[in-house]
Formats: sequence, C-alpha cells, structure tokens
Amino acid sequence: MLEWLLVPLQYAFMVRGLLAAIVVGIVCAVLGTYVVLRGMAFFGDALAHAILPGVAVAYVVGAGAQGPLFWGALIAGVGTALGIGAISRTGQIREDTAIGVLFAGMFALGVALISTVRNFSVDLTHFLFGNVLGVSPSDLLLIASFGALVLLLVVAFYKEFLVISFDPVLASILRLPAQFFRYLLLVMLAVTIVIALQTVGVALMVAMLVTPAATASLLTRRLPSMMAVAAFIGALSGITGLYLSYYVSVASGAAIVLVSTGFFVLTLFFAPRRGLLWRRARGRRSG
Amino acid sequence: MAVKSWMRKPEAHRPGAPVVELDGVAVSYDGGLPALQDVSLRLERGERVAVVGPNGAGKSTLLKVIAGILTPSTGKVNVYGAVAGGHICIGYVPQRSQVDWSFPVTVSDVVLMGRVARIGLLRQAGREDRRLVAESLAQVGMGSLAARQIGELSGGQQQRVFIARALAQEAELLLMDEPLTGLDIPSQEAIFEILDTLRARGMTVLVSTHDLHLAADRFDRLMLLRRQLIGFGPAAQVLTPANLRLAYGTQMTVIEAPEGVLALSDTCCDGDEEHAHA
Repeated sequence: MLEWLLVPLQYAFMVRGLLAAIVVGIVCAVLGTYVVLRGMAFFGDALAHAILPGVAVAYVVGAGAQGPLFWGALIAGVGTALGIGAISRTGQIREDTAIGVLFAGMFALGVALISTVRNFSVDLTHFLFGNVLGVSPSDLLLIASFGALVLLLVVAFYKEFLVISFDPVLASILRLPAQFFRYLLLVMLAVTIVIALQTVGVALMVAMLVTPAATASLLTRRLPSMMAVAAFIGALSGITGLYLSYYVSVASGAAIVLVSTGFFVLTLFFAPRRGLLWRRARGRRSG
Repeated sequence: MAVKSWMRKPEAHRPGAPVVELDGVAVSYDGGLPALQDVSLRLERGERVAVVGPNGAGKSTLLKVIAGILTPSTGKVNVYGAVAGGHICIGYVPQRSQVDWSFPVTVSDVVLMGRVARIGLLRQAGREDRRLVAESLAQVGMGSLAARQIGELSGGQQQRVFIARALAQEAELLLMDEPLTGLDIPSQEAIFEILDTLRARGMTVLVSTHDLHLAADRFDRLMLLRRQLIGFGPAAQVLTPANLRLAYGTQMTVIEAPEGVLALSDTCCDGDEEHAHA
C-alpha cells in the first residue's frame, strides 16, 4: 500500500501536480462555500469560461510560453468579474441573461483566438480540461502565493462577508461598504479560478467551486466548519484524483472532479440527519 | 486608523429631536405607481406603533425608508434629528420569508452580526461583544438555544433571535416587518412580553402587521397606510368605518353595530379572518 502511494512521488512533476491539486482544492472549496451560499454557481462557471480570451491573447503574444498565461488569465478574470458585477447593477436585462450572453461571447472569442495558432487542438484541450502534471516550479509558486492571498482575505474579512451574504439589509444599516465587499468577493473568485486553471481547466472549474462546498453543507451547520470540511474534501479529491489518473490513466482534471462528485453522492445518501436514507428511515418511523 | 475612517461614521443624534420624522415622503419603484405618497409623521421616544394596511400598502417600504435602506424620491426622513441612512442604532427584524433559514449560522452567530460595525474592520469580537451577545440572548429567553442552527428554531424563536440581534447592536429604534404573521398565540405573547421590557428601556418600536385586532389592543398608536397615510393615532381615532373603507376598499366588510365597529377582512397573507373593535 505504502509503495503504491510512494511510487508516483519519484517523479518531480507528480509531486508538483499533487501540491498544486491540494492548494487549488483547498482554496476553491473555501471560496466555494460563498459561491454555494450566495447562489453564484452559474456566475462561477461563466467567469471560468470568460477568462479564455485573456489566456488566448497571452498565449498568442507569448508564442506558447507558460509564463504570460497566468497574468493574461488574471487580467481577463478580474476584468470580467468587475464587468458582470457592473452589468448586473444596471437592471436593464436579467442578471443571468447578461452573464449568459457575456460568457458565451467571451468563450467563443477565446476559442477563435487560440484556433489561429498551429497546434491549437492540443493546447485548447489543456485550457479546457487542465494539465496539472505540466505545473512548473514557478507556476506552483504563483498558485501558492495567490491561493494564500485569497485565504488570507477570507479570514480577514470573515465577519463582513458573512453579514453581506446572510443579511444584506443589516449590512446596509450597519454602513458596511457592502458594494466594495461584493466586488472584492468577485475578484477573489476570479483569482481562484485563474490558479485552478491548470489543475482542472475551464470546463470543469465550477465543480471545484461547488461540489466540495455542497458536500460540506450537508455535513455541517456553521460556516467555519463548512469551510474546513469543504477544504478537506477538496484536497482529498485532488490527491485521490491524481493517483487515480496515474494508475488508471484517465485525464487528471476529470478524475479529480469525479472523485469529488463521488463524495457528494455518498454524502447525499448517507449523511447523518440530512442524508436521503436517514430522512427516508425517519419518515418511515414517524409515518 | 486609516481603514476605520474609510468606513462612514454613524450620524450623531440631536438631543430632543423626535426619533423619526418624515416630511412629505414619496417612494416610487422604476417609474411605476408610487409605493408611498406624501407621508409625514413623527415618532416619539419609547412608543410602540403598529403599521397596518392591505397588501401592497407600502408597509415594508415605509420601514425600509426609515431604516435608510431606501432613499425616498421626494421628501425628508430624519432619525434622531439627522438624515436617515447614517444610523447604526436601528434594529431591523426582517420578514421571516426574507431570511435563508438553511444558512449555516447558529443563533449566537446571528446575534453577533449586530456587533459587526462596532467591532470594526480587521478586528475580532472581544469579550465585551461576547458578553453583550449572551446578555441579549438571555433577555429574549434564548440563552439555552445559542448553539442551535437557526433553521432548527420555531417561528417565534426565530423572531426573538433577531430581536436579540437588535439588542446586541444597541439599537434605540426597532423596526419589525410582519413579526407576528404565522405565529401561534403563546409565541405572539412571548414577543409582546419582550417588547414590554424594551419599552421600559425607552426603545421605540415600529411593527408592521396584518392583524388589526393586535394592532388595536397592544400598541400605543397605529398607522393606517394605503400608499398614503390614512390615519395615525390611537386605535379609536384611526380605525373608523370611513378610514377602514378608504384603506381596504372592497377587501373588507365594515359593519357598524351599536356596540362598535366590526371589520371583517380576508386580505391577510394566510387568509385568516380578522376583526377589530373601535
């Protein structure tokens, strides 16, 4: 068993991939609790897709070099987050419609840009589904530092984020700069998506944000414990998924997401009190 | 500290000013029919006032204008002599349907939220904050349920949590949106008991309700609203047949009997029949 675990670790790329998957799993899951509680799953999915043109421009300009990709994605992500935040305030069209229009348009622009480059099908696959085993030492450093920054902000503004999420009216009465915190949360979400880009890619991003947090919501009743459980599930999914991809040779991003989906389904059925089986049993007893 | 001054300072209170003063207030949403029109009124310190009127009469809108969440399109709103929207001394108890009861917070988490502005940015709740939370919960008789998730409470207990939050906030004016709707009689009584102790401490309380009977019986004054202020004063003066017909139109049958006025209405959200004697 131990050997089974240690064998993949002789490869440096595997170790870096594991570290990246753990960090990304934790950060996505912690921020994902707000995505779940504030009903922003569609927003998160859209934001992930909308960073593609930024990545594409950096990719075309940088002639395929990895370095600029991160920053291109970051600029596009933060820009889109602020843009959607502003559009949803005008109230001209419904927010989800506005997001839908923007997200598909941006995504198409990204695909179009990447398609101008010669071997685009390989690279497009990496953007769409991730390439966690291609994480370089400098990528890992960026992932770790920006991930730490997001977690630091979550802790520093914990009580403010809690109030604007639970009771915007109270936030308004207490003179909290609610608008500022709303935008800050969107920017943090964009940063999180960018650091997760290499791990799972654009297409499966929303699962990293939503699934561990949704699982944790079935198991906990306070936000700090929900965050901790979600982080644990996120990290565990990352590790398990990578080993699975090593031994069964399935795509790593898909493996990670499948594992975390598995945790969710198990929890949905077997969670104490709130699981489906538990409810069923209780329903039978009382009925 | 730079971060603190960046947050807007709460408005100062002018001594001797009425708690709430509205002058010619109108509110309209997106160019539609006005939700409120030409409302002028004053609330005095320590009084308990009911806001009544049919659905869509603007009861919630009025509370939000006083809370400073909604800016009126015309007119002036003053709280303690200073413009509304800068007071952190206003406690707000939302309609129960407006709260996400599955949110992962406990009773004491919710009450602690009332302290957030006073704790300040980048600071943690201190011993004084925790003491106030415990004390506020004890005052509404919820001390033993502090660790419960809010969805596990009864309707009356849920209302009391939000009252406790206003206490922890050190509110001087309490606005309650339909707190009595859907509660059984003992739960309503428990809320009135708490409101009695608040009155003794000089807290001003404004409650919107559908229940004309409770409004007439348990409040110092009542406000009859249908976009405009139809009447404001003691129940006997406000709940006249003419005023009731004006407010409720065909939604209510008003019968004048020798021993008083009987008003039958079916406008309440839960379809209950209500009656009030005036």
